[in-house]
Amino acid sequence: MEAAIKIDELVPEFKDEVLARIPDANFDLCLTCGTCTGGCAASELFDMDPRKLIRMLNLGMDEEVKKSKWMWVCSMCARCQSVCPMDIAIPKLVYNIRASVERSKRPKGILGSCDQHIKTGSAMGAKKDDFEFTVLDVAEEIRDEHPGFEDLQVSVDRVGANMVLNQNSREPVTEPEEMGPLWKILHTVGADWTYPSVMWAGENYCMFMADNEGWKYIMEEFTLHVDNTLKSPYVVNTE
Amino acid sequence: MRRFKIPHKFELITIIELYAKWIRNGKLKVNSDWNKDIRAKFTVQDPCNIGRKSGSNKIVDDLRFVIKQVVGEENFIDTVPNRDNNYCCGGGGGALQAGFSDQRRAFGRTKFNQLTATGATYVIAPCHNCHGQIEDIGEHFGANYHVVHLWTMICLAMGVLGEDERTYLGPDLAEVGL
Repeated sequence: MEAAIKIDELVPEFKDEVLARIPDANFDLCLTCGTCTGGCAASELFDMDPRKLIRMLNLGMDEEVKKSKWMWVCSMCARCQSVCPMDIAIPKLVYNIRASVERSKRPKGILGSCDQHIKTGSAMGAKKDDFEFTVLDVAEEIRDEHPGFEDLQVSVDRVGANMVLNQNSREPVTEPEEMGPLWKILHTVGADWTYPSVMWAGENYCMFMADNEGWKYIMEEFTLHVDNTLKSPYVVNTE
Repeated sequence: MRRFKIPHKFELITIIELYAKWIRNGKLKVNSDWNKDIRAKFTVQDPCNIGRKSGSNKIVDDLRFVIKQVVGEENFIDTVPNRDNNYCCGGGGGALQAGFSDQRRAFGRTKFNQLTATGATYVIAPCHNCHGQIEDIGEHFGANYHVVHLWTMICLAMGVLGEDERTYLGPDLAEVGL
């Protein structure tokens, strides 16, 4: 049998730390009803579930909360909070647990993608020149080989375009032919659009990694580029 | 941007809302006749970020409108549950790159069961995380569905899908409209 938890010896420091950042997180209001857990596909993985996590947080089992790997399996899909009668901010708690891990000790795959994004503008490490070369090259192929699209226009950084599109870097890097159908649709409706050269990728692993600084940097660079350089009124998320 | 209170002048929209708008205003002419006799069945994965986490069902309803226009209403079978009550595929939040593959697949098992229960042979996944995860759990747990991007089906329904743009289609649709 496992030893009983001695509540007297525990101080919920981590809870207070998270509450300072999300004052309306409602952790103390948990009724332990378990609705969150009943509808969570990550329940039981790593011997953890949302209700248990909130109990552990409220009891001050800070080390155990941070030690579990569960925060990297939970996808922060928010199904738990959407059914929670007390509206407890479980996904934001998970984000904050991720952020509590020393940066270099967060999962390598996510860390690598985040660092690449900060450095190059995409998680797969494709720099803006590579990106521009690939899209212009694929567009040329379509103009040459796909009847009806001889006039297809694809641009990067065309100032004043009505829409700026992001593009998941998986396409230009690993399956460039998948960009064609999207462009054909845009061409057919006569859309006035361009790709940005700065932070052009649709994904954001710094957000997944709970790297506030990196995430913010990516968003700021992107916003400055769209507002000040391209001056486009719309940004279109393509996924 | 809300999170960091970054001021911005542009408005952020999704391509799915635009597809729906262009079909409604007649700029994008799609037709589901190609599927009249084939009757290929489609279901969809609602990305959490444009469903539940967007605060409304507006985008995922537009997604259904577009899908029904391009594959035929009678050939669309929804998952249970769906829209803002959908189950996450288990690939989001960085899970695909986090390195815990066994747990990620155990998470995805719930979604896998819901997708296969529809009987559909095609799963439309408008998000790359979902696309990658649903393909992976399909192979891992042995499903016979194909995972496709929405733009592939729109171009098929426009009659402009090229020969080299059919990577994700199954043999039943590989030649349609060529």
